[in-house]
Amino acid sequence: MITILSDSALATVQDLGRTGALRWGVGSAGAMDRAALTCGNLLLGNDEGAAAIELQVFPFEACFEGEHHFALTGADCGATLNGRPLLPWMAGRADPGGVLRLGPPANSRWRGARAYLCVAGGIDVPIVLGSRSTQLRGAFGGLEGRTLRQGDRLLVGAAADERPRPVEIGILPPALALPLERDGLPALRVLPGAEYEAFTIASREAFWAEPWRVTPQSDRYGFRLSGPPLEPIAPMELRSHGIVPGVIQVPHGGQPIVQMCDAQPSGGYPKIGTVIDADLWRLGQAPIGSRIRFIETTWADALAARDELIAWMADVRRLLDLYRARSWSR
Amino acid sequence: MSSAEPRISVLGTSALLFEAPGEMDLPTQQRIWALAREAETWPELREAVPGMNNLLLSFVEPPRRLDAIQERLVAAWQAATPLPLGGRVVELPVVYGGEGGPHMADVIAHTGLDLDEVVAIHSAPVYPVYALGSHPGYCYLGGMDARITTPRRKVPVIRIPGGAVSIGGAQTGVSASDGPSGWNTIGTTSMRFFDETHDPPALLKPGDSIAFRVAGVIR
Repeated sequence: MITILSDSALATVQDLGRTGALRWGVGSAGAMDRAALTCGNLLLGNDEGAAAIELQVFPFEACFEGEHHFALTGADCGATLNGRPLLPWMAGRADPGGVLRLGPPANSRWRGARAYLCVAGGIDVPIVLGSRSTQLRGAFGGLEGRTLRQGDRLLVGAAADERPRPVEIGILPPALALPLERDGLPALRVLPGAEYEAFTIASREAFWAEPWRVTPQSDRYGFRLSGPPLEPIAPMELRSHGIVPGVIQVPHGGQPIVQMCDAQPSGGYPKIGTVIDADLWRLGQAPIGSRIRFIETTWADALAARDELIAWMADVRRLLDLYRARSWSR
Repeated sequence: MSSAEPRISVLGTSALLFEAPGEMDLPTQQRIWALAREAETWPELREAVPGMNNLLLSFVEPPRRLDAIQERLVAAWQAATPLPLGGRVVELPVVYGGEGGPHMADVIAHTGLDLDEVVAIHSAPVYPVYALGSHPGYCYLGGMDARITTPRRKVPVIRIPGGAVSIGGAQTGVSASDGPSGWNTIGTTSMRFFDETHDPPALLKPGDSIAFRVAGVIR
């Protein structure tokens, strides 16, 4: 059991998201940084998609009521356990009564926006329509379909005996292992969308060449960006159609909105492109006020990026297994 | 504009969007339902989700090449015949205008109609449910009279309440829960469209219909 001690706005229970419920109008929800969630679970010997707590407002404080192995991934928040500093992207063990505290994300070599508190056994909330992720619109999944509050108590799943034990070792964050920048700014690869050609040439050029600021109206629903206005050659009214996280819509105002994990699964604004799935975690970690760049990519290169991320994750898993086997035999 | 051919585009690496050619109408939507029923049996696809005369096809894994599945989709579309999905009709009482319809004035300004005309035109048809989307339990409806077509808002509204009856372009619908929207809200109703503990969780499905009954007009 974990008790939330701080008044933690916008913290939610998330796993890798809900698939297969689009036909009822239900989007994916799920972790904004799936790489961080997966790595946290790998550190603990959990299933890769075990549910964790996603944090995006700090400070955050929680108390472990039992003995728990846990891992912190995502943004480096200068975490402490009973006042003792913890390294980011590392598993640790808490005794009953241990108090975990995370401060605001540090301005370290990489700067993130969201941290993940993973626990051995996973956060145990009911599976709804195939996932434990919090679906805020409609209010289901996660803990009662809502953000966490001070005093909430979260059950932790039993770590089965045959599960690999957690290891107290760290992972190099993917922001450092798989960096992607343009002109010193974090960059995201984008596949041009159905209406790309319907924007003026000047707008298309500006889309790739200019930095885009993440405005304060950016959240789990979508990232509203500000930059040069993107103008269609002629006004467009599209028929409503399915969309996915990563789709970059351009409403009539000309400022793009990247759809994120809590986005509605359909829309009708023109789509200039889609941030590829393999780069969505990067955007999930872009702080409000920061600037990003878009890089044009192709289907083949987008798949190569996906392969690279999967291969990196497989390496992490293999190394952790190896380390685990050695610590056992000691 | 020549539009005899369907258009297929990518939504990143996770899905394709198939858009039927021609005017938006029910026979085309019935072919979309037929295509969805066929495509959802293909092993490389996770879901085939109808939109408004279009279809989202999500991948289990993105294929190395896109041409094979694109050709297969076009062939299946050409072979598809309209699939009538007979369903039930649900009546919804609507209070038009006032606080529950904050954008009624914009619809009046855009269309040049008066309040009573907008209400009469909007509440006249029985609207077929073309598709579900947007948020849990939300229904996209066909059959709106083109005279009350009103563009989506320049900047989406951060929060509209559940039960909001709204117009976006040539479409109308009812929000199933509180949330953001780019549509013009003209009235309000109350109905539970979604219950995650039910199987299926959504009240309505493609092929069902909604009839709006005028419960009040606030001036």
